[in-house]
Amino acid sequence: MDDPEQVRARLEETGYLVDEGLAVTCFLALRLHRPLFCEGDAGVGKTALAAALAEALGAPLIRLQCHEGIDASQALYDWDFPRQLLHLRAAEAAGVQDADRLESELYDQRFLIARPLLRALRTQPSVLLVDEIDRADDEFEAFLLELLSEYSVTIPEIGTLRADRPPVVVLTSNRTREVHDALKRRCLYHWFDHPSFARELAIVRSRLPRVSARLAEQVTSLVQALRGADLVKPPGVAETIDWAEALAALGANEVDADLAVATLGSVLKYREDTDRARGLDLAAILSARGA
Amino acid sequence: MSAKGREGNGAAGTGARPPRGPSGPGAGAADAVLVGFVRALRAAGVDASTERLYAFLRAVNVLRPGVRADVYWAGRATLCGGHDDLERYERVFAAYFGPVGEPARHPVRAAPPPRMRLVMRDAPAGARAPGESEPLGPPTSTLASSAEVLRHRDVGELDAAERAQLNRLLAAFALHGQTRRSARRRPARRGDVDPRRTVRELLRRGGEPARLRRHAPVRRPRRVVLLVDVSGSMAPYADALLRFAHAAVRGGRTEVFTIGTRLTRATRELSHRDPDLAMAALAAAVPDWRGGTRLGELLREFLNRWGQRGMARGAVVVLLSDGWERGDPELLGVQMRRLHGLAHQVIWANPRKARPGYAPLAAGMAAALPSVDVFVEGHSLAALERLAAVVRGAEADEVPVAFGKGAERA
Repeated sequence: MDDPEQVRARLEETGYLVDEGLAVTCFLALRLHRPLFCEGDAGVGKTALAAALAEALGAPLIRLQCHEGIDASQALYDWDFPRQLLHLRAAEAAGVQDADRLESELYDQRFLIARPLLRALRTQPSVLLVDEIDRADDEFEAFLLELLSEYSVTIPEIGTLRADRPPVVVLTSNRTREVHDALKRRCLYHWFDHPSFARELAIVRSRLPRVSARLAEQVTSLVQALRGADLVKPPGVAETIDWAEALAALGANEVDADLAVATLGSVLKYREDTDRARGLDLAAILSARGA
Repeated sequence: MSAKGREGNGAAGTGARPPRGPSGPGAGAADAVLVGFVRALRAAGVDASTERLYAFLRAVNVLRPGVRADVYWAGRATLCGGHDDLERYERVFAAYFGPVGEPARHPVRAAPPPRMRLVMRDAPAGARAPGESEPLGPPTSTLASSAEVLRHRDVGELDAAERAQLNRLLAAFALHGQTRRSARRRPARRGDVDPRRTVRELLRRGGEPARLRRHAPVRRPRRVVLLVDVSGSMAPYADALLRFAHAAVRGGRTEVFTIGTRLTRATRELSHRDPDLAMAALAAAVPDWRGGTRLGELLREFLNRWGQRGMARGAVVVLLSDGWERGDPELLGVQMRRLHGLAHQVIWANPRKARPGYAPLAAGMAAALPSVDVFVEGHSLAALERLAAVVRGAEADEVPVAFGKGAERA
């Protein structure tokens, strides 16, 4: 892909709509082989971007979900001890005498369990999604930093594995914790805002082509209004799509205030938010946009 | 929200300035312009290191030459490290490259925004003579005995020398949360059998049965979140409490926010090793010393922006405030219930609690108390020591009380 325009076009083919800024940033990530650090509220399409990039590049998406206490053996590689033991027993039963050969066989690649990071280094091309990096601890960040700057790992029994073509790396963070500057410096930074009405409508239309234009428009304007209503958890684009899908599943071609209230559960996940939404004049929001 | 309308801003319009690759003619001049821009950005407070600058130049180099939006987005992706930087970036970019559609103005050095300074107020009583120099505190030999006296003194009533000594004592503080089981396991004598290490041991012995290896879950300290009230009514205590917070941040997994007229995350500012430097950085970052408090609203902001997403989840949350609420106490009550639902433990330290005859009658305090697990004092070094012990998991009653007036625990 030669310029940001092409990146945008290819991503749009997969149904992921990007604005100019994200197109430029993705282009830079691909061209400069830099990880892309995505921050923003939940449901604004950070994880979906990784999937879209994978599809656009025709590369497998390899996902590493971070959690507290994650360590190298869960993220990078591990040895399959039971199989090694079995191999040893089998060799013994067969009467193998050559101890040295047996030992070297034990640390063969086939007993190596590749966890996501190693898999991403070995699969070319690939897109590596390191999801919710803010959940991991600092030690893991430091480890990741090392890996991302070299794109190589050293396994004592085997040697150093290096990716000739580094994977495209997407890191996401929900900002529950400040990620270390050293890691951020390695990355390109992109902040995800909630999309504008027109963009969000386009996203819904492209994701759910079978939903009627009117319904998509109504749902989008409702969600945009809800975001301005000071909620505990403002709905993201993912919720907009869920809502439109839910309404379509009910056979609706358009939505009125009653139906909207009845299906609020697919958008709002807190009782306080639901109460607040009920207090809004949904009918007015619908008619304002529909007129 | 402020984030609105940012999308596409400055993204339109082309050809403000031609930043070309190093190969093209005039490359040096174009690079100088970009370097100047990064300087202006640094002056405005964005922490753009040389490494970032280099990434920026490389990024512009692979983009379409002379396209303003490309320069804008390349800089945003490479020079900014967080959401807080974006606003400054926007401002400096507009100032440096001129508003959209106009030819670029000559480099404008963006001055750092005017900032409030932390002014430490001396104790009410005029303890030192007008011409006297900076208080140094008593010599170290007398520290031990005077420290004992100081331990129980109300921080709001200290003179400057005592305050300086208190600051030295506070700097030795560390705050570790109670422990919780983590998902990680570590080798241990007792515990479940660790199949991996056991089998590895077997392998080492060529498959011969060996000793069982065991492992047990690691215990990690819980995250501690301090919410420090810096409003006007807390002025005599704010400095000492923030130094306490500084010591806590240096100790590890502690997050600090200040609440006044707005909510400010202060963890990064407080991570300076030197307490005075940290306090100076904090003074620059906190714009609302001495304002009123809208505890309920700010607590809601904290929960929406940070707490709900995980910072308060399972943490020990400490509010250091006198509970004077200017806003709606009912809102504070609701937000305290939310906080209580998220946090492992909610502790409220109130410097006014030690006053003789204190009763939690301030509307805010009364509304908050039902959702508070432990209500302690926060007025003296001894009270802060006790607070630290409670955060570590001691029962509030086990810790000796400084003044023995903890009668009105809710």
